[in-house]
This record gives sequence, C-alpha cells and structure tokens, in this order.
Amino acid sequence: MSDLLANFWILLALKLVAIGALVPVTALVIGYAELKISAHMQSRIGPYFAGGRWGWAQLIADGIKFFQKEDIIPEEADRQVFKWAPALVLLSTVALFVVIPFSPTLIVQDLDLGVFYVLAISSVSTIGVLMAGWSSANKYSLMGGLRAAGQLIAYELPLLLAVVGVIIQAGTMSLVGIVEAQASFEVFGTIAVPYVAVQFVGFLVFMTAALAELNRIPFDLPVAESELVMGFVTEYSGFRFLFFFLGEYANMFSMSAIASTLFLGGYHFPGLNAEIWGPVVLTVKILALAFLMIWFRWTFPRLREDQLQKFAWKWLIPVSLANIAVTGIFKVVM
Amino acid sequence: MLDRSALHHLSEAAVAIELETPDMTLNIGPQHPSTHGVLRLVAKVDGEKVYDVQPVVGYMHRGYEKISEVRTYPQIITLINRIEWVSGYANEIPFLVATERIMGVEAPPRAQYIRLILTEMTRLSSHLMFMGSYPLELGAATPLMFALRERERVLDLIESVTGGRFHPNFNRIGGVKPVAGAGPSQKKASQDLPAGFLQETRRAMDQVLSTSDEIEDLIAGNEVLLARTKGVGILPAEVALAYGVSGPNLRASGVDFDLRKKADYLPYDELDFETAVTETGDCWDRWWVRLVEIRESAKMIKQAVDQIPSGPLQAKVPRVIKVPKGETYVRAENPKGEMGYHVISEGGQIPYRVKIRSASFNNISILPHILEGILIPDIVAIMGSLDFVLGDVDR
Repeated sequence: MSDLLANFWILLALKLVAIGALVPVTALVIGYAELKISAHMQSRIGPYFAGGRWGWAQLIADGIKFFQKEDIIPEEADRQVFKWAPALVLLSTVALFVVIPFSPTLIVQDLDLGVFYVLAISSVSTIGVLMAGWSSANKYSLMGGLRAAGQLIAYELPLLLAVVGVIIQAGTMSLVGIVEAQASFEVFGTIAVPYVAVQFVGFLVFMTAALAELNRIPFDLPVAESELVMGFVTEYSGFRFLFFFLGEYANMFSMSAIASTLFLGGYHFPGLNAEIWGPVVLTVKILALAFLMIWFRWTFPRLREDQLQKFAWKWLIPVSLANIAVTGIFKVVM
Repeated sequence: MLDRSALHHLSEAAVAIELETPDMTLNIGPQHPSTHGVLRLVAKVDGEKVYDVQPVVGYMHRGYEKISEVRTYPQIITLINRIEWVSGYANEIPFLVATERIMGVEAPPRAQYIRLILTEMTRLSSHLMFMGSYPLELGAATPLMFALRERERVLDLIESVTGGRFHPNFNRIGGVKPVAGAGPSQKKASQDLPAGFLQETRRAMDQVLSTSDEIEDLIAGNEVLLARTKGVGILPAEVALAYGVSGPNLRASGVDFDLRKKADYLPYDELDFETAVTETGDCWDRWWVRLVEIRESAKMIKQAVDQIPSGPLQAKVPRVIKVPKGETYVRAENPKGEMGYHVISEGGQIPYRVKIRSASFNNISILPHILEGILIPDIVAIMGSLDFVLGDVDR
C-alpha cells in the first residue's frame, strides 16, 4: 500500500479522483442544505419526495435533468468564449480544493504560498463570469458580467487585506502552517484558541468579502434575477448551467474551508487528534460557515451597485487596513 | 525638434477629445421577472444609469369596456372581477353601486356590511401580497412566504363565504348572493354567512395584526432594505396629483385622500378608522402606508363584525335586471387606488357604455417622471413600490 502511494503518478491519480469526487459531493450537500434550510426558514417543507425520504435525491435528479437538456448557444454568441466560460468558473473552484488541508497530511499539495494561491485562484472565476457575460450577446448578461468585474475589484482588496492580519500573526503563508500556528496559539491561557479570537475584525471582513466573491445575497448583483433576469447565466442551459450551479456551491464549500482554516483553526480542535479527527472537525466548521451564508441569503435583500461599492471602499478597506496596523503593532510589541 | 508650445497644444488636443459612449437601449419586458406581467419599459441606459424610460402598455388589453356593451349587468360583474385579479372582489363594488343607483335600489344594510367586510379582506389580501412580493423584488425571498401564509387565512375566509378565492362573483345587483357555506351535500343552501364565520374572522384578524408586527420587525429592521428604499423614487405630492395617482401611492406622498372617507359607496362612515398618510413619498413610505392600512383594515373588519346588522341580504329587484335610462359615475377606494365606473344606460338589460377608471393605469403613468436619472436596480424598487397589476393597467 505504502509502495503504491510512494509512486508519484498513482498518488497524483488518486488525488485527482479524490478532488473530482469531492467537488460535486460538496456542491450537492450544500445545495441540499440550502434547499432544506431555506424551506425551514420560510415554513415550507422543501424537497420531499425524490429519493424516497426527505427528498435527499432532489439535486441528483436535477443534475440528471440538466444533462438531458438541449445545450443552447445563442446565434449571436461568441461560441468559443461562451463554451469555455462555465468550465473556467468550475476549474477555479476545483483548483481551490488543492490546498485545503483536511488534516496535517490529508492535503493534495501544501504550498508555501498557499494563501497567495487561494487569493489568486479565487478571482479567476470572475474572469469566467465576465467571459460568460460578454459572449452571451445579451444585454442583461453583459451587465451581469460587468457588475461581477466591478465587484471583484472592490471586494478582492478587503479579502486580501483581511488575510494579511492572519499572515502577520502566523508568520507563514502555508495553510498547514497557519493551522499549526493556531494549534499552538495560547493567548488567553493554556488552551489554544483560533485566530478569530484576536482577528475578529479580519474574520468579519473576510466573510463579507467572501460573500461578495461568491455572488451571494446581499451581494448577488451579477445575477440579480429581479433586475437582470439571471445576469450572466441568462443564456445558459443544460450542463453548462449545471457547471455554474456546481461551481457556486462548491465555491461556497471551498471559501468556507479557507475561512475556517485561516480563522477558525482548520482541522485542529483542542484535545482531538488532528490526524484522525481533522477531516470531521474541518467539515463541521465548514458546514457551520455555509449555514451562516445560507442564513444571510434568506434574510437580506440585495444591495444596489453604488451601495455595494461604497461599502467596500469606505468601510471594509479602511477597517481591514486598520486591522493590519493594529495586528502589526501588537506583533512587534508583544 | 518640436518646440514646447506645439507639444503643449498636442496635449491640450488630447484632453479635449471626449470618449463617446453610445447609449444602450434596454428593453425591460414584456417578459421580465419583475414587470408584474407584461409591462414593457424601453429604457435608455448609460452603464447602470437610466436616463429615459418609456413604459409601453397594452399587451394585455382584453377590451372589457367594449365587451361590457354586449353583456347583461350580472354578466359584467363576472367580467370586471378579472380586471385587477389580486383584489377581484373590490372591483365589483363600484359597478354594482352605480347600477343600483341608476335602478334606484339600495342593498340592505346587512348585505352592505358583508360587502364591506369582504372588500376590506380583499384589501388585506392585496396588501399582504405586496408585503411579500416587494422584498422579493429587492432580493429577500423569505417575507413572501410569511405574507402569503397570512394571506391564506384571509383567502380562506373569503372562500368560506363566497366559494371563490380570487374571483368570487358573489355580488348580486341589490345585495349579495344568498348562497354560502353550503357544501355539495347540503341540499338547501344556507341563506346567510356560514356558521362561525364572524368568530373565525375575529380570530383571524387578531392573527393578521400580530403578523403585521412580525413583518414590520422582519422588514423595517432590515438595514439593507431601508438603504434600498429610503429616499428612493420620491414622488412629490403635486406631481402625483397632476398625474392622477391615487390610493396608497398618493397618501404616501402626503395627500390625505381616501375615498372610504370621501365617498359613500359602502357604510364606512359607521366605522372608526384612520387613513395612513406619510410625508416623503419615497418607496419606504409607500411600503409603510400599506402596512398601516393592513392594520386599519383588520381593525375595521373587527368593528364591522361586531356591529353587523341582521336582516335580508337582497333588496327586491326583478328577476331579469332591466336598468332604466340614466348615467352615473361611482368611484371606490380599491386596494390599488381609485377605481371608478361611468355607467350609461339607455334602458334595457345591457349598458350603453361602461367607462372604467382603473387605479394602476394612472399609477404607472408616473413612471417616465419617477424613473429618470436613477440606477437600474432602482427601477425594480420603484416599480415594485407602486404596486400595480397589469390587468388593471390594460383592462
């Protein structure tokens, strides 16, 4: 067994299969959670019949349905760009899964610049969105794509700046390194606390900006179905639409994973062996954050474009800059 | 070598060139999620900014005024139900009262009270629909379910009396249809309101009142929603009056005009209620006025249930309705605004002409004025706050 794992190519193949399986599974789990939780919040039942019980197979049935649909490409569309846009969106999500540490060893590749990689890759999906919006030859799609681009510029900065505080504290950009730093971060006594205890501002900014990255309410302006019909996905059908859908939910999972790794201690929980319990601990944290996002979505209306920009430039960025300054001062003084 | 002055001129020239961005014409509708049906807006936009909007109406014209000229009066009641389908029952009242006035009959007091209770219930159902659909247009899906749950109670009550939920066709000229609460098994139709209806109504109204507090908490406490609605789409009182805007939209602009107080088509003068008036006339005020109206309507229904007189439900009218020569105009405060019917009779079973004044048509005539120089998301916020129904616009 260990011989097999030692072989580079076999290990690589195993890792690829693992990621390939993980992305749709996480998307299904979070998508199903969204259906059920939103139903509960609105005094509905939600999916009920598919799969025999609790409607657990609803999204699988939906997925199969999408594959049966005709793949419609508008006549005026830029065909190549139109075809590749959903793949790019999904690819950026898949690439994020590479650096998520589920335990000290259960990670596809621990990069020294893991955080940097995450921030860089997560913004690639916006290029996919912009491509989709531009190539659809639809005014609503175009506006959705441009809104996504504007949103990226506005919210990439606070996302980045919020992480800087964590990097200063941990002294490393490797995600495993950051979790290990939190495992030995004993600021209030002998029990290790995650960084959210001291980087609370950074955590809030990160989560807000992550919501914007994910195009979720209250920042879902690129799709905004009451204004832009369906934004950049208006012209998509069939499995290309499914790609966007999968991408959205898998991205929720990966963003929550990054947030829990950076701020909530990742796979580490005091008193539990990270090698064995790490994946469970991390999954629980991820699902808690995903629940938070679902909760927001079904509570808030969406912001207006100018309010969105104002919020980013006038609040989030100054706050996160101040956070960096304070963190730096404490790091030097203490 | 170039001399400096020439360079200077070149740079000046470069600055003077302005990049021309062509306007984009955006056709919003007739098939669009938030145009409430088939309204079409031709908007000239520059990026997100809108600087000219022309509404195009008529996609749903069904010609009710013309059809009314070849239908008998009782048949017309069925038709006009469908003009504004969210509050079908309330549409019937002004036409009925107009017909009755030409004929010189008056519905008995009990029938009038039943009409009043049902009209107010329709208002509740219409406004509750607005309470839910407006946040939905701003992106919040949950209030819709809360509001529809309450609306269900109201619709159940309407159904228990009339047998219908949206288009009850319950009114008769000279009274109300004296068949209610009878299941298919019951041979002899009951001659009055169903048993327990009044108690059930009291209970449901208490429930609506408490839910209106819940909706207020949910929505008025939501800062994103406040940011989206406060100061957006301000409609000054004089503009509103000039365009003939009516109903809650007019009262939100600070004009205290409520036909329930000013006209006498139903015994509203025997009830104690207040009209909701706010100052600014922005989207938030239009929302607020409707919330207050829900509360006032619920209180009104409770009062009406307490003091409903007993007696017959139907005045004496001939079996075949023949209306003498004459004409009249009766207007009423519908949930969406002022609804009026100008009925001209040349004698006989069929009216000569029925002119319908519907609230939503005048209410959306304000759109080119109010949608100028705003952002695209505000189109949705403002249109939603005007609370129109396309059937009411196009008739």
